Amino acid sequence: MVPRFKAFAAALFGSALALGAAAAHAQTTILNVSYDPTRELYADFNKAFIAKWKADTGQTLTVRQSHGGAAKQARSVIDGLEADVVTLALAYDIDAISDAGLINPGWQAELPFNASPYTSTIVFLVRKGNPKGIKDWNDLIRDDVKVVTPNPKTSGGARWNFLAAWGYALEKNNNDEAKAKDFVARLFKNVPVLDTGARGSTVTFTQRGIGDVLLAWENEAFLSLKEVGEDKVEIVVPSLSILAEPPVTVVDKVADRRNTRPVAEAYLSYLYSAEGQELAAKHFYRPRLPEVAAKHAKRFPQLKLLTIDQNFGGWRAAQAKFFADGGVFDQITGVK
Amino acid sequence: MSADVFDAAARPLPLSAVDESRWTRRLLIAVALAFMGLFLLAPLLVVFIEAFSRGAGFFFDAIVEPDALAAIQLTLLAAAISVPLNLFFGVCAAWCIARFEFKGKGLLITLIDLPFSISPVVSGLIYVLMFGLHGWFGPWLRDNDIQIIFALPGIVLATIFVTFPFVARELIPLMQEQGGEEEEAAVVLGASALQIFWRVTLPKIKWGLLYGVLLCNARAMGEFGAVSVVSGHIRGETNTMPLHVEILYNEYNMTAAFSVAALLALLALVTLAAKSALEWRFSAELAALKKH
Repeated sequence: MVPRFKAFAAALFGSALALGAAAAHAQTTILNVSYDPTRELYADFNKAFIAKWKADTGQTLTVRQSHGGAAKQARSVIDGLEADVVTLALAYDIDAISDAGLINPGWQAELPFNASPYTSTIVFLVRKGNPKGIKDWNDLIRDDVKVVTPNPKTSGGARWNFLAAWGYALEKNNNDEAKAKDFVARLFKNVPVLDTGARGSTVTFTQRGIGDVLLAWENEAFLSLKEVGEDKVEIVVPSLSILAEPPVTVVDKVADRRNTRPVAEAYLSYLYSAEGQELAAKHFYRPRLPEVAAKHAKRFPQLKLLTIDQNFGGWRAAQAKFFADGGVFDQITGVK
Repeated sequence: MSADVFDAAARPLPLSAVDESRWTRRLLIAVALAFMGLFLLAPLLVVFIEAFSRGAGFFFDAIVEPDALAAIQLTLLAAAISVPLNLFFGVCAAWCIARFEFKGKGLLITLIDLPFSISPVVSGLIYVLMFGLHGWFGPWLRDNDIQIIFALPGIVLATIFVTFPFVARELIPLMQEQGGEEEEAAVVLGASALQIFWRVTLPKIKWGLLYGVLLCNARAMGEFGAVSVVSGHIRGETNTMPLHVEILYNEYNMTAAFSVAALLALLALVTLAAKSALEWRFSAELAALKKH
């Protein structure tokens, strides 16, 4: 029996190798390492770009995708995941890759709009009919409310959530940081599970039925309405939130070594084209091109938005103050 | 006093199953069955019901979809590489431990068990720390254009690591119990080492070996944690079946998720069925072996 099994294994191994080899030298491939909620956007966008690239150059292109919490994804790229482009949730995660020497400094100035081809914001997703009457951030610290958000240590969306809550608390308390800290501490006391990525949290809230309110990317909230049903959940727009700018860039070291820079750059600039912007809007991201944005203006509620640069001194400062080891997030969860 | 001792020795051991009333027995059986049904059968059934909830056509579509096919291929390939290697090293290790006395034997046994006690996340991370871009071998590997983690080799390494103990753990007690008299006799009769292995040892251990290989295979195909760490989650490339199930589930694609999960469960069931079939086919031989 054993020799026969070995022969079988050898045959299986051989055929698998042949398959792998056939796939390996077939065509140009680039890898886009992205954050959690962009799965549907890039599934659509890649199809469009592959068609355009074929029309422009005659080359058959394969675009591979990897998704997960933004900090975790950045970590993988630093550890050697061969991303030609990264499209992450916030600038700090790309800064971290840049600090590891894989992306040239000053990357954020290389593309328009802070290298963010689309924006989003943070809104609340609640159960249909809003049974807990959740209207604004101050409702989230009530004792009877359970809040679902991912972990700011691993998720980009979660860091936007945290900063939006912080910004609200500062404004309500005349910029008293101690009171803001107390506010977010009470908010996080109401969080039963911290998933690693935004999509994990959405699944926790919508499929597993945990919590009364999900702090969500606006695009993720709209997608939930579509997928889970408007009869199950609804969106609550708070009085104030934050302008989330998810940036994109070429991973210089990888693209240069793999000779994929031209296609990687074309891929990212296509995000800024009218077609790319339309696809972003279709997947509930706020487009940046004024004419496309105007077309979809009705869909996106207007609300007061803080910005990372004006209100928090940029992502490096915010990361160091709030999310680094021993930062505000550690302090408030430590006393939990 | 001595009479008491005699009595105690003569009386058969207290056979509680016989002593218990018929109702207690039935109740115990019912509880055991209900427990199995609730925690084993029902979840398994749910997987299959969900998978076929939109019809068999949808089930097959979900499985022949390119990313799913790639995941199935990768899972089978990783198992096809790691199981034979663990079969080989498992037999070697068990042979050493059961047949020879040497310094550090206890340490070796502990080391073999290590993957059982280490969290799969750590099992994955050790490879990131070794072969990652900032790991020990990272720069050298990149200069030579070799990709270990976030590619097939890393997935195979992680799979080998977590499934390493299965074959060895199955064989060590068996071979220790069986002892080496037959092998010694074969040596006296002038058999070569290879002859002894194929004609004497292998027939003695083949059932234990088969069981070890099946368990090893089931775990190799089903491993999630360690593989998740080294995979990089590139669809169509480094996603194994368990990882693909998670992705589909997270994309609101419930039926497809359960379809791939059902296939994964089916692969496990097929291995178990193969084992039962073999046991049935060779039942006489097996009984003789047990008597021995």
